[in-house]
Amino acid sequence: MIMRTDERPASLAEREERLTETSTLPASERIMSPPGPAVIELRGFSAYYGNFRALHDVSFRIPAKQITALIGPSGCGKSTLLRCINRMNDLVPSFRHEGLMTYHGVDLYDPAVDPVEVRRRIGMVFQKPNPFPKSIYENIAFGPRVNGIKGNMSEIVERSLRRAALWEDVKDKLSQSGLALSGGQQQRLCIARALAVQPEIILMDEPCSALDPIATLKIEDLMKELAKEYTIVIVTHNMQQAARVADNTAFLMMRPDRAGELVEYSDTDSMFTAPKDKRTEDYITGRFG
Amino acid sequence: MTRAAFEKKLRELQDEVLVMGSMVEKALRRSVDALRTRDQALAQQVVSEDVQINATRYDLEEKCIHTIAREQPMAADLRELVAILFIANELERMADHAEGIGRISLMLGAEPLPRPLGAISEMADRASDMLRRSLTAFVERDEQAARNICDEDDVIDEMYDASFQELIHEIVRTPEHVQHFTYLIWTCHNIERIADRVTNVCERVIFMVTGQLQEINVSRY
Repeated sequence: MIMRTDERPASLAEREERLTETSTLPASERIMSPPGPAVIELRGFSAYYGNFRALHDVSFRIPAKQITALIGPSGCGKSTLLRCINRMNDLVPSFRHEGLMTYHGVDLYDPAVDPVEVRRRIGMVFQKPNPFPKSIYENIAFGPRVNGIKGNMSEIVERSLRRAALWEDVKDKLSQSGLALSGGQQQRLCIARALAVQPEIILMDEPCSALDPIATLKIEDLMKELAKEYTIVIVTHNMQQAARVADNTAFLMMRPDRAGELVEYSDTDSMFTAPKDKRTEDYITGRFG
Repeated sequence: MTRAAFEKKLRELQDEVLVMGSMVEKALRRSVDALRTRDQALAQQVVSEDVQINATRYDLEEKCIHTIAREQPMAADLRELVAILFIANELERMADHAEGIGRISLMLGAEPLPRPLGAISEMADRASDMLRRSLTAFVERDEQAARNICDEDDVIDEMYDASFQELIHEIVRTPEHVQHFTYLIWTCHNIERIADRVTNVCERVIFMVTGQLQEINVSRY
């Protein structure tokens, strides 16, 4: 990981020791673990906007090269959690956190960690497709150019568009504006843009909610294809989508103090056939509220 | 309550399972009565009415499939619908066994039986009672009741073994009645299979409640 200064990041053990000394971690923390090596791990992670606690004591592991879905009612902290993973919340002045979030064992919030590098390695796709007001080619080339990624730019553009299953649609009109594409194509352009900077993880915040059903299914197919090479974390309000695409599903709910907490986390088959927590059962069967 | 329409649909499907179970119970009872009393008309009725039970099974299956497609059920709702699909299949197969007893009765003709049904009647009563209680366990989502019923299948198996031995003995003793006693062995076998299928129903009830798929009725052979 590229560091902002010459200072070495604290090792995980050192960081944990520091945290334990002034610990806000609960005595009985539970880390929910799906199968497979973890690329992101949260231990007692809480997120605050000023005095308001948006996330309370979240602990779980996100396995590599799988799709993990975050589901739950509105306001339960799913998007906050997602934005914490790539430090997008750093852009909110009142944001602060407690607990630990690591990426390959390195504390993501260590002062020596460069958040720009974090966001290169952990890309993001948003709910509303947001291509740059540039050509399709430039939409893809911008990221590698800014990040100093070497190589034949045309090859990088083609490779990224192919991985996003968009090349055949746009190969003859790369100079056209990205904004001229359909909604589904724009979203795939945004995915290609994220892929161009060679991330390891792709975060998707309700990537299909603005798309028609056919475009949605195409994005879902793409997600499954991308999961062979990338780790994907998706926030979705569509439980059937989570059931269709996710390998693992995390269910969050709002506590009485309005902080989001992780209620249950398991493989998707178990989550949707035999959830362990009644709150999960009530939510996914639509009896919630 | 949210999803009131879906809840209503689930309750209707549950009721249809009970109705089908009642048809099967009636078929079993009538088939054995026809055998005991040598009532050919009653036996023929059991055979003819099996078609209705088959149609009920397919109707129930179709409704389950439509509900799954349209409501995209999850968790306990999904398990219930899947359980109903399997239970409908088991009930239809039980009805086939009852129809088999009806056919045996017809094949025996109007002649009196060389000996009373005895334990065979009792086996049928027990199997019928097990069926009724298994469907109660389904409605009440009673895992323990379902497990208890599975244990009772051992009694039916023992009664079958005893009846089998007895009937073999009768064949040896009175070989002129070999056909009659062979038919009675088949009758015992049909009842024993009905009880086995009741345990399959109970396995699905346990699955519906717990999410665990488990073989309860392990063959002794």
